[in-house]
Amino acid sequence: MTFPWKFELERRLEVSRWVSWGVPTVSVLVAFFFGGIILSLAGAPPIETYRAMAAGAFGSISEWVDGNFFAVTETLVRATPLIFTGLAVAMAFRMLFWNIGTEGQLVMGAIAGTWVAIYLPDLLPWLPQTRWVYIPIGIIAATIAGATWAFIPAIMKVKLGVDEIISTLMFNYIAILLYQQLYTGPWKDPEGFGFPGSALFPEFTWFPKFSEMPVLNVLGGRIHLGFVLAVLVAGVLWVIMDKTRRGYEVRLLGENTNAAKYAGISVVRNVLFVMILSGGVAGMAGLSEVAGLGHRLQAGLDVGNGFTGIIVAWLAKLRPWSVVIVAILMAALFVGGDQLQISLGLPASISGVLQGAILISVLSGDVFTRYRLKVTRIGVVAPAVGEEA
Amino acid sequence: MDLDLVTSILAIATFAGASLVLATIGEIFTERVGILNLGVEGMMIMGAVTGFAAAYRTNNVWFGVLIAGIVGGLMALVHAFATITLRADQIVSGLAITLLGTGLASFLGQILGPDGGALVGLTGPKFTKWPIPGLSSLPLVGEGLFNQDPIVYSLFVVVPVSWFFLYKTRPGLYLRAVGESASTSDAVGVDVFRRRYGYTVLGGVMAGIAGSHLSLSYTPGWTENLTGGRGWIVIALVIFATWNPARAVVGAWLFGGVNAIQFRLQAEGTNLPSSILNMSPYILTIVVLVLITRTDKLRQTIGAPAGLGIPYYREERG
Repeated sequence: MTFPWKFELERRLEVSRWVSWGVPTVSVLVAFFFGGIILSLAGAPPIETYRAMAAGAFGSISEWVDGNFFAVTETLVRATPLIFTGLAVAMAFRMLFWNIGTEGQLVMGAIAGTWVAIYLPDLLPWLPQTRWVYIPIGIIAATIAGATWAFIPAIMKVKLGVDEIISTLMFNYIAILLYQQLYTGPWKDPEGFGFPGSALFPEFTWFPKFSEMPVLNVLGGRIHLGFVLAVLVAGVLWVIMDKTRRGYEVRLLGENTNAAKYAGISVVRNVLFVMILSGGVAGMAGLSEVAGLGHRLQAGLDVGNGFTGIIVAWLAKLRPWSVVIVAILMAALFVGGDQLQISLGLPASISGVLQGAILISVLSGDVFTRYRLKVTRIGVVAPAVGEEA
Repeated sequence: MDLDLVTSILAIATFAGASLVLATIGEIFTERVGILNLGVEGMMIMGAVTGFAAAYRTNNVWFGVLIAGIVGGLMALVHAFATITLRADQIVSGLAITLLGTGLASFLGQILGPDGGALVGLTGPKFTKWPIPGLSSLPLVGEGLFNQDPIVYSLFVVVPVSWFFLYKTRPGLYLRAVGESASTSDAVGVDVFRRRYGYTVLGGVMAGIAGSHLSLSYTPGWTENLTGGRGWIVIALVIFATWNPARAVVGAWLFGGVNAIQFRLQAEGTNLPSSILNMSPYILTIVVLVLITRTDKLRQTIGAPAGLGIPYYREERG
């Protein structure tokens, strides 16, 4: 006896608003459901665990009333590099350029920012040593470094046809090895008691914290200028990608390369433009981490922000404002996961499991936004009402 | 050059390269049938952690290898289901497999130990070397080829058989045909769907076993980030090997050799920064990639399968 049902996928001609929001929501719920099964198998009560994660990531109402926003600010701190890398990936993926190399571009940005902070003051002593001068220089240097690191694979792609997935990936490893070499070798702090890491940056290169700013100081915590910069970049990219001719060309190239080519849109120019933009934004992420948090080049930059950026960009459907939201939610998973270790004694890596599950679930669920599932009974003789024989 | 040095470098290169060869051949099968699976890193690390856990609990390394293969296969099945049945993007799905794998492996590493504790730092069973009498004392190659563990020896069979299967048998021809043109293969009655599923899962099984070679032999035990990006090297090696199992060995030796030379240099206390040496395989991969894409003739004979990464839906056949 054969299986009496036949499943077919039928392409949806129009995607209603309900479907485009409902399907991803259900997918995320499915991911949390599977995550819950894994948690139960590991001996942790799922509901309680999820609640502890949410409290760890966002705090509680009683904490907010007391003016304690520590949990939220930690989540925003963690979200900052993810917004940058998510935006960087989103730009490149829009035109189907698979920039897997944001991790390396981020690291290069941090290296450039470190050079500016530690070596530039000695090199140009006449330069006023204030934040108003050094922070913009740092941002420019990091952007150029990240953009350069993205430009090499981009030019290899458009001039030589070299597959960018592998080249950007290889560039990650080269950048990470260079960075490890620098902070353990030539750039190691001579007064660091043998501890691997560069010297501490001079204070005029630090990104100001919210606690030093008017109005924003109610939030307190470690949150710094980097977050503001990330949101500003999202705004700028939204304007470029959605409101300008260049952005339109890039979108068209991504949606239908041949049509775009016949319309006279240059692939070479747009790939280079997008990758410089993408690498530059990723470079800012690196600067924001060293100038905003550790204030030195040390271990812990290569923690996979580039790869998480890919999830963020994908879940955000490559839209700049959505990237900001998704990055904050992803960061909440990280921060909530870390809190689990403290509150319930569970491994923090549960957040990695949940992120992977969410991505796979949303990715697989996406078929139902593009297709309609048609289930038909087979082997039934009676024709449907009104159907011609 | 010192003969002993060459002998020992060859021995370490073979040992270090074994997991790369296995996983690379697995990924070659997967890519040859037209599916790009960027989840190798995730499948390898899951193989490493589950293989070690299973071997530790049963005190049987072979059981560890078996579990690692099954787990790798299951991970690949998720990729197959997402990309073949649910038509998800292959690149993003592969990345998702890697993310899920690394997250899950790190999680499992903290709970699969005795009494639900961590696996880190435990000493479990591991493969021992089986020197082949006579052959292992051959000059130069003896140590490298004939004083290894059974997984390395299995490559003496796996590599030629894979090559023969791909190029000299009918199923191998079908496999390559599906990867070149799924619609043409379907038209002549080759089951595209089933073959794509099968070889994707096979690739996962081999990646899982490759991972267990790391945790049960090469660097026995479990530590976070044990695979250290080897899964990504595999993706590069497939290109390096131009989708040919025999050439995968050469590439893996090169990558393994860099490890070996580094060991020696560190032992002898040279000043050459190890990270510069570590960079060389990545730079070399880019060079090879440029060469095979630049030379048209090379691309036609040894280039990527024409249908790599292109999904196939029968009802939308155009």
